[in-house]
Amino acid sequence: MTTAAYPPTSKKIANAVMLSITGICAFLVVAVLLFILGYLVVNGAKSLNWAFFTKLPAPVGEIGGGLANAIVGSGKMLLIAAALGVPVGLLGGVHLAEFSGSAFASIVRYTTDLLNGVPSIVMGIFVYTLVVVPMHHFSTLAGGIALGIMMIPIALRSTEEFLRGVPQALREGAMSLGASKTQTILTVIIPAALPGIITGIMLNLARVAGETAPLLFTAFSNQYWSPGFDQPSASLPVVIFNYAISPYEDWHRQAWAGGFVLLTAVLLINIVARLILSRRTSLPR
Amino acid sequence: MSTAFKLGDFTKVREERFGDEQRAKEPATFPQFTVKDLNFFYGDFQALHNLDLEVPAEKVTALIGPSGCGKSTFLRILNRMSETVPHTRVTGEVSLGDQDLFSFHPTVLRRRVGMVFQRPNPFPKSIFDNVAYGVRVNGMLPASQMKERVEQSLRRAALWEEVKDKLHVSALSLSGGQQQRLCIARSLAVEPEVLLLDEPCSALDPLATAKIEDLVFELKGLCTIVIVTHNMLQAARVADYVGFFLSGKLIEFEGARKMFMNPGKKQTEDYLTGRFG
Repeated sequence: MTTAAYPPTSKKIANAVMLSITGICAFLVVAVLLFILGYLVVNGAKSLNWAFFTKLPAPVGEIGGGLANAIVGSGKMLLIAAALGVPVGLLGGVHLAEFSGSAFASIVRYTTDLLNGVPSIVMGIFVYTLVVVPMHHFSTLAGGIALGIMMIPIALRSTEEFLRGVPQALREGAMSLGASKTQTILTVIIPAALPGIITGIMLNLARVAGETAPLLFTAFSNQYWSPGFDQPSASLPVVIFNYAISPYEDWHRQAWAGGFVLLTAVLLINIVARLILSRRTSLPR
Repeated sequence: MSTAFKLGDFTKVREERFGDEQRAKEPATFPQFTVKDLNFFYGDFQALHNLDLEVPAEKVTALIGPSGCGKSTFLRILNRMSETVPHTRVTGEVSLGDQDLFSFHPTVLRRRVGMVFQRPNPFPKSIFDNVAYGVRVNGMLPASQMKERVEQSLRRAALWEEVKDKLHVSALSLSGGQQQRLCIARSLAVEPEVLLLDEPCSALDPLATAKIEDLVFELKGLCTIVIVTHNMLQAARVADYVGFFLSGKLIEFEGARKMFMNPGKKQTEDYLTGRFG
């Protein structure tokens, strides 16, 4: 009996079925994103004009106006979020990566994963109790804190991952020259991992920039400029939400434009982040 | 490489260096390290058994033996890099000069006992910053004198001529052999009393290896050198003293001439002549 040079038909069919099913699922992922993008571009871009970026919302019934206050509000909240989330996440990540032998570190790692799974609306209520209630009113500060807390788990874990990716040989090299652990971390490990860490933080910022639920109970929203950090403030996601469920045609168009601007910003941040990561100097093995 | 070729070469090198008894005589020196009844454990596994030896100062001591015999483990105890591995334990005594090795703060000890690793591990920084690194973290020199120290160290590591025009280029752009000499320069910059070399040529081609060996030979006037190698030829070329390790035990420790021409133990003889290893 000769050995068949080709596998039996059943194997070929199984392969074809597998290829089709996985291929369709992979295509669905791309299709969903393309669909959202296309829809936003079509509806958002045509509603976009210079006034959108420079003017305050027009009074109800009047056509025109813009969302300048929401754009600035979102920017301010992201600043606060970064000021809170980046140092805590970064330094916590350093602890996990460099001092991870302890039982404490494994507890922290587990807790972080749980925190990451907390629904964002719950985070909003938490910050409401913590900041809004004692202050007696909504504020930019409260919104920023809510977003900052949302940033911490991912900032922490991504920092940890990138620090772990730094070869052990570099740690040994620094220590064999008489560097202390702190010096090794600050002068060799973090600089070597920095492109990755920055990328992680940018992606993280892009993610929280679109969060709506945590802001409903914290920054709330308004129709005006919000001076300083202790007044309620508009933000792009919340304004999009409010406008989209309003009965006014003009507000719907503004919401589309807002969605388009938000998505474009997130995409830009993503692209820049990936450029930084791909340009990182290659490390020795 | 066939065993026969290796052996032929080995004999030649051995004859050249040690054939003339007068020339091969090395004056005795004081011990750099004194090791008494040293044991080392990874968890429950005992990697080193009852080591007793004196590593002579300002000489090149080669540690040889088959893979897994404990020679690298012993080397890493000498600058206490062994402590960076969790669940390890050491018993016995080691002294550096006349001071207990374990009484030092590790960072102080490692400044005095430098180490070069198997694979070149330059930092992802410029050539200049690599060499200056140890001097900076130890706060040894004002910035104004750094340039001088960097040049001196690169010259000692026989790398200056190749890099003097590109000191601010990333060290990662250098070849493997250059990177390893940079790592040696980096260690020399903090003026260590001892330089530990852990199979420094195992990732290098023969030409780069020859350069490192020449360098080791020249450096012994500057500091004590302990080199781990699995390459007998290398040991024969550079060593003044040789320790032979087998299964975590020090089988023999002798002057290189005695060790290579007339080893005292059967196991050493067998290893040197390639009967196992």
